[in-house]
Amino acid sequence: MADANNGRIEIESVTKRFLTPGGEVFTAISDVSFTVEPGQFCAVVGPTGCGKSTTLGMVSGLDRPSEGTVKVGGKVVDGITDGVSFMFQADALLPWKTVLANVALGPVFKGAGKAEAQARARDWLRRVGLAGFEDRYPHQLSGGMRKRVAMAAALINEPKILMMDEPFGALDVQTKAIMSNELLGLWEQSRPAVLFITHDLDEAVALADRVVVMTSSPGTVKAVYDIDLPRPRGSVQEIRFEPRFLELQHQIWDTLREEVERAYARTAGGPVTEGKAA
Amino acid sequence: MWGDTSIKLGNMFGAVAGFLGVLLLLFYLAGFARGRLSRRLAILLLLGPAVLLLLVGIVVPAVRTIYLSLFNEDSTKFLGGGNYTWAFGNSDIHQVLLNTLLWIVIAPILTTALGLVLALLVDRLRGQAVYKSLIFMPMAISFVGASIIWKFVYAYRDPSQPQIGLLSQICMWLGWHNPPNWILSHPLNNFLLMIIMIWVQTGFAMVVLSAAIKAIPEDVTEAAVLDGAQGWRLFANVTIPMIRSTIIVVLTTVMITTLKLFDIIRTMTGGNFGTQVLANEMYSQAFTEFNNGRAGALAVLLFLAVVPLVAYNVAMLRREREVR
Amino acid sequence: MATLTPTERKSPEPARAAPTRTGVRRALSSPLSTVAVLLVTVVWTVPSLGLLITSLRPQQDVAQTGWWDFFAHPHLTLANYHDVLFNGGFGVSDGLMPYLVNSIAITVPATIFPIVLASMAAYVLAWIPFKGSDTIFFVFFALQVVPLQMALVPLLQLFSGGAHIGGLTIFPAVGMGGSYAPVWIAHTMFAMPLAVFLLHNFIAQLPRDLIEAARVDGASHFRVFRSVVLPLATPALASFAIFQFLWVWNDLLVGLTFTGGAPESAPMPSRLAQLSGSFGDHWEILTAGAFVSVVIPLIVFFSLQRYFVRGLLAGSVKG
Ligand SMILES: Nc1ncnc2c1ncn2[C@@H]1O[C@H](COP(=O)(O)OP(=O)(O)O)[C@@H](O)[C@H]1O
Ligand SMILES: [Mg+2]
Repeated sequence: MADANNGRIEIESVTKRFLTPGGEVFTAISDVSFTVEPGQFCAVVGPTGCGKSTTLGMVSGLDRPSEGTVKVGGKVVDGITDGVSFMFQADALLPWKTVLANVALGPVFKGAGKAEAQARARDWLRRVGLAGFEDRYPHQLSGGMRKRVAMAAALINEPKILMMDEPFGALDVQTKAIMSNELLGLWEQSRPAVLFITHDLDEAVALADRVVVMTSSPGTVKAVYDIDLPRPRGSVQEIRFEPRFLELQHQIWDTLREEVERAYARTAGGPVTEGKAA
Repeated sequence: MWGDTSIKLGNMFGAVAGFLGVLLLLFYLAGFARGRLSRRLAILLLLGPAVLLLLVGIVVPAVRTIYLSLFNEDSTKFLGGGNYTWAFGNSDIHQVLLNTLLWIVIAPILTTALGLVLALLVDRLRGQAVYKSLIFMPMAISFVGASIIWKFVYAYRDPSQPQIGLLSQICMWLGWHNPPNWILSHPLNNFLLMIIMIWVQTGFAMVVLSAAIKAIPEDVTEAAVLDGAQGWRLFANVTIPMIRSTIIVVLTTVMITTLKLFDIIRTMTGGNFGTQVLANEMYSQAFTEFNNGRAGALAVLLFLAVVPLVAYNVAMLRREREVR
Repeated sequence: MATLTPTERKSPEPARAAPTRTGVRRALSSPLSTVAVLLVTVVWTVPSLGLLITSLRPQQDVAQTGWWDFFAHPHLTLANYHDVLFNGGFGVSDGLMPYLVNSIAITVPATIFPIVLASMAAYVLAWIPFKGSDTIFFVFFALQVVPLQMALVPLLQLFSGGAHIGGLTIFPAVGMGGSYAPVWIAHTMFAMPLAVFLLHNFIAQLPRDLIEAARVDGASHFRVFRSVVLPLATPALASFAIFQFLWVWNDLLVGLTFTGGAPESAPMPSRLAQLSGSFGDHWEILTAGAFVSVVIPLIVFFSLQRYFVRGLLAGSVKG
């Protein structure tokens, strides 16, 4: 049972192979190693299909490495990691439950009483700016509002590690910027370690302390960059015009472009399909 | 009487409540497990019951049926293939096998053909929902209920008396004044029983085929029409080939149901008057003759007849899905 | 047949029109085809109508004239229903009421048990992969081939005698006389392959995020199954429930074999099959009895037609 009291994530020489339905062995990631310090905001970028989600699955304990180890707080992950919350591109809200019940679900799963869970859920809905929407159902909210609910649901358990798999991938540009700012604001308050997957390099640089670039499939770590932009960063729209941002962005893009092109060339032979959730 | 009823319904509710209660308790307790153990427990408790039921209820009995089929009636003497040579050598069983063959050829073909024609015709009609519902309705009725309905249609009365069976009455209206006792007339009775099967299954064929026809892309038919295909030519060269695999699936599905058919024969004739089929003969061997060896051999024959049909059916469905 | 998937929208339904602009339909369109369909519909409906009318006519009328005479001399009575349910009528001791109760008491658990157990198994096979899980799924799938008849005799022996190795009882006798348990268990067993197969197809396609988010929040597999998977799978569960309910309600073979036709536990069809054999001439009894047994499926059919068709098509190869 891994414990995230200090949320240090150590990924050591992890390889993951899948058995395809056809019976062949498919290597999704190969010999991946990197570390996320407690309280650090770490973004992972890489072309679609390079194994980013797979890596995340192994940190949360949903999946097991074929080789290598994943440690959280110094302990090898075995079973679902404690103190972890997840946020996906889709909102992962249960359609038959109200907003309040959806947010309260985390504490209920953790064993909290219903009254306490609801009180905490109310508090978190207020923090994400959704006071007054407690009794709505997910389908009655806009995309951005549902994202906020998902954020409250992810943070209510006060995770030591927050894992986000392209959380804003499906949003329009403006909503995405607003949500990014709110995420940073909430993160500053409790400072969990964040593992943030995206294929939007600007987003990664604007938000993260560390950016891990992965190669195209089978994924390995190509390079790790520390982002020394000062915090608090303020608005993500404005930071994009700062010289240091542009410098880092160019530097990382040079590394990444090669991989994206390679991944594209591989799919361009057949019908070009837009990967759904990278 | 009412006391009896409440005891019975009480048993029912008790069983359901007990079943769900035990499961919930097990889930609750097992929910405390953590780590690797929790995964193993989940697999064991959630999958275990189904696997156990399958083993005890189907796998072991099926193997045992094969084993029993090699022995005499009370399984005390080994006969080898004796029951199988009986099945293929006995003239009564010849009649059974012949009837079964007739059933699985004629009933599915007529059902599918009629279903196809209806599928083509009915969608263009005003009030098609009503027609479709009424034709599909027999699917909801048990074979026993259907048999009684048709037994009444075939009811025989001496021609001198007022008729109560619709079929005889229609014959008389049409000028045939001494219609036979339908159910006793061999081999006609076999076909009269098949009509029940067709009556029940045609709605199924119609609904499935109608959906398949609707799924034909419009541009395919349009292109054919522009090329000058009309009416029958269009039907034979475009529609039929496009829904070929669905036709085969319907045909084999009805065939499988027909092979296992037991209820109609049991209710209508009990297998008498030359109408016996494999599934009912198997039942009679097991539960009136108490010959487990012969019953086993007939069950195995039934199984061997079903396997290729199901395999073919699955292969068709798979291919269809890949094409999509 | 057709498989259920979460996104399934275009399921075949008899009650929905899709106008086709071109093609065969128009080419074949003629008054002749209207007449043909009308004719088939009449032929398909009249036998049932005859049953219904006969069951409502006084006994003398039924014995003396054909049911079509009703249109000339309409007399209606519910006496046959009273007789057939409570008294039994001519030459038949006791009514059908006990059998009707048996049918209900058999069908409800025999629908609930397999659905619950099969959805549990389907969840594991779809969402907790382990070594051999594919093989197990394939075995479930393949066992749909085995006809009921293959298992009947040994299973009956097992229920009535138990299973023993040497002196050790590994499976206790369930006891056959007047108990529902053998029928419940037999129906549950025979439903398993198809139920697991269909529900697996549906459950495997549920959104991964919902399930994984709950897992990461600390919900056990049991909790996820109960709070997330079951509610999401409701459409598939409903379709299968309707199919299984009708299957059990209409079944003759399993009910007859595992109750022996005893009034304490035998369902309606086995009694009707018996009556049809021995009292075939008392049509007022038989028709009323038959109508009592078909009325519940007909209500399901006409009120839940869409789900009914979906369930039926999904399960049509069972047996
Ligand atoms: N359960 C699985 N079985 C087989 N292959 C998988 C499985 N999960 C992921 N993959 C494959 O592994 C590769 C990496 O997937 P993923 O981690 O989702 O990529 P990313 O999130 O970077 O886009 C993909 O090619 C995907 O098809
Ligand atoms: Mg991904």
